[in-house]
Amino acid sequence: MRARLRELWSYREILLNLVRKELKVKYTASVLGALWSVLNPIVFLAVFTFVVKILGNETPHYAVFLLSGLLAWNLFSVALGNGTRSVIDNGNLVKKVSFPREVLPLAVVGVALFDFVLQSAVLLCFMIVTGYGFHLAALLLYPLSFVTLVAFTTALTFWVAAVNVRYRDVQHLIGLALLVWFWMTPIVYPGGLVQDKLTAATAPFAPHLWTAYLLNPLTPIISGFQRALYFTVTWPPTATTPHAVRVLPDVSIALLSGVIGLVLAGSLALLYATWRLFFRLSGDFAEEL
Amino acid sequence: MSAAIEVAHVSKKFRLFRERPSSLKQRVLSGHMRAEDFWALRDVSFAVEQGTSTGLIGHNGSGKTTLLKCIAGILRPTEGTIRYGGRVAALLELGAGFHPELTGRENVYLNAAFLGLSRHQTEAVYDDIVAFAEIEDFMDNQVKFFSSGMLVRLGFAVAVHVDPDVLLIDEVLAVGDEAFQKRCLDKIRSFQAEGRTIVLVTHALDTVVAVCERAVMLEHGAVHMQGTPLDVVAELRHRLLRDDPDFVAEVGSREVEIRDVTILPGDEPGQRLHPGQDLVIEVDLVAHEPVPAVDASFAVVSAHTNEVVLVGRTSDIGRTLGAVNGPRRVRFRVPATDWVGGKYFVSVGLEAPGGAPFHIQTQRYSFEAIEAERLPVPLLVEARFEVEDP
Repeated sequence: MRARLRELWSYREILLNLVRKELKVKYTASVLGALWSVLNPIVFLAVFTFVVKILGNETPHYAVFLLSGLLAWNLFSVALGNGTRSVIDNGNLVKKVSFPREVLPLAVVGVALFDFVLQSAVLLCFMIVTGYGFHLAALLLYPLSFVTLVAFTTALTFWVAAVNVRYRDVQHLIGLALLVWFWMTPIVYPGGLVQDKLTAATAPFAPHLWTAYLLNPLTPIISGFQRALYFTVTWPPTATTPHAVRVLPDVSIALLSGVIGLVLAGSLALLYATWRLFFRLSGDFAEEL
Repeated sequence: MSAAIEVAHVSKKFRLFRERPSSLKQRVLSGHMRAEDFWALRDVSFAVEQGTSTGLIGHNGSGKTTLLKCIAGILRPTEGTIRYGGRVAALLELGAGFHPELTGRENVYLNAAFLGLSRHQTEAVYDDIVAFAEIEDFMDNQVKFFSSGMLVRLGFAVAVHVDPDVLLIDEVLAVGDEAFQKRCLDKIRSFQAEGRTIVLVTHALDTVVAVCERAVMLEHGAVHMQGTPLDVVAELRHRLLRDDPDFVAEVGSREVEIRDVTILPGDEPGQRLHPGQDLVIEVDLVAHEPVPAVDASFAVVSAHTNEVVLVGRTSDIGRTLGAVNGPRRVRFRVPATDWVGGKYFVSVGLEAPGGAPFHIQTQRYSFEAIEAERLPVPLLVEARFEVEDP
């Protein structure tokens, strides 16, 4: 494994070049170029700020809440979606050139990371400009959530990229799976609400449902991002909303860190396993394409 | 000298699917996949010495490219091992991985990275690459606007500026015009002069003879023969000729039949014709029924050039074997001459004078001519003088 890592390191030029290539190709012949990546969250922020103002919404500062989770989700779903086809789309390279195949899915993750960083910068600017503010203690969750997200995303991307070479079902499956997964994760709706509803329900299995809901590894990761940026678990009653509003799951930062840490450990183990699987299958890529 | 590449007992199995199940449903429904195993390589072993050039030749589908891809690390051998003594760069396709949307410059960096160059190394040779490809003015254009000739030149320029210990080349020389091919060959020779190891897969057999020190011939995925390029190329040419649908090994009505042909260099049985020896071809024939006359002939074909170098026919000297009934022996004698060294094939024929063939055997027999050691003087022609007083 060490030797493999060292070999991968010696091919980092390819990885960088591939990421650069993907970005260039993505924005080629477009006047605004990488600005499109930034425009996306700007429009989101603008739309949701105004839509919520007009339609009304239980969740205060809904735009910040939405984006803090959505950007992380985008990193995950874009990497997984594009990663599925990463080996197939580079079939000509795989058949004609010898290089560690791992760089193909890794480059996809790299491109998604690039967009994530740009878009996160937009969100941070928005939070500073609108005076939303930050909480230092909670911000510490950010690096942990980020590392966990990247590890989990990379692990799954390796897996889908490798398996899709033989079974093209995967690329269709992933589209559907991501749709379901998106709604199973507290991104557009507040996770705190789910916690309240499930734990308050009278059915004997209701608490288990909450546990099951938490089994989705993305729930603690996304909650970590939301806790780090959006921070507020419960808004106290105000003049316009007479009752308190729960947004985030009511757990302590320490507990949340612990859960994310567990997910991180699991993701690293998964990453090791899927990387080995990818490596094992990659020997046959050239003949299966 | 140590081996730069050591191929040991390499076999490669491909699974051929009638209709490849590429989805889970198909796999589940068909239960056991109906796959046929196809061994593209079988127990291939050979070594390439450091600093030498080896040609891999063979028919279409003999496994050359599969073997090269195994050596390049693109395919994983099913069995056996391949050991390397240095950095390997494979040129399976010029400009593999060029992206049409990127500029020439960007593609040079991308392509060089895939061939193992770092950014710094690429920067150092970038100007040489552009100069070699002769497309300075277009480097900042997207390569989708390049002509195919420009793409090939750029691809080759990048490839030859990569700095490998071992260079694997597959049919790259087959593209481009003559001037370009000549430059490729020049570059290969300078690679050789720098002591690099080259493995070349090609159908251009003359290139193998001109460039390589050794040749390996594959047939049906196994090593059929390895040795000097002259010998191996001769063998392949012979095989190719045999496989030619127009090639007929034996024809004739067989009223008169060739029973045996013996090559007798210097009147002694043997396969090698040494300088100064007469070439004697002895034909034993038998007439199954009386025939009035038989015209016997022979031809000698160079295995290297596949050209007829010598023909002889009894009717040329106004003779036939006359009426034949029963066994007869005819002996052709070619006086000692300056043979070009190498393998030669011999064809023998029996015909009715000016008529139908009784029995013709095409290139069935062979001998090897040993080249006389040439004197350092290029020409040894005796000049004769005639002096006339006007």
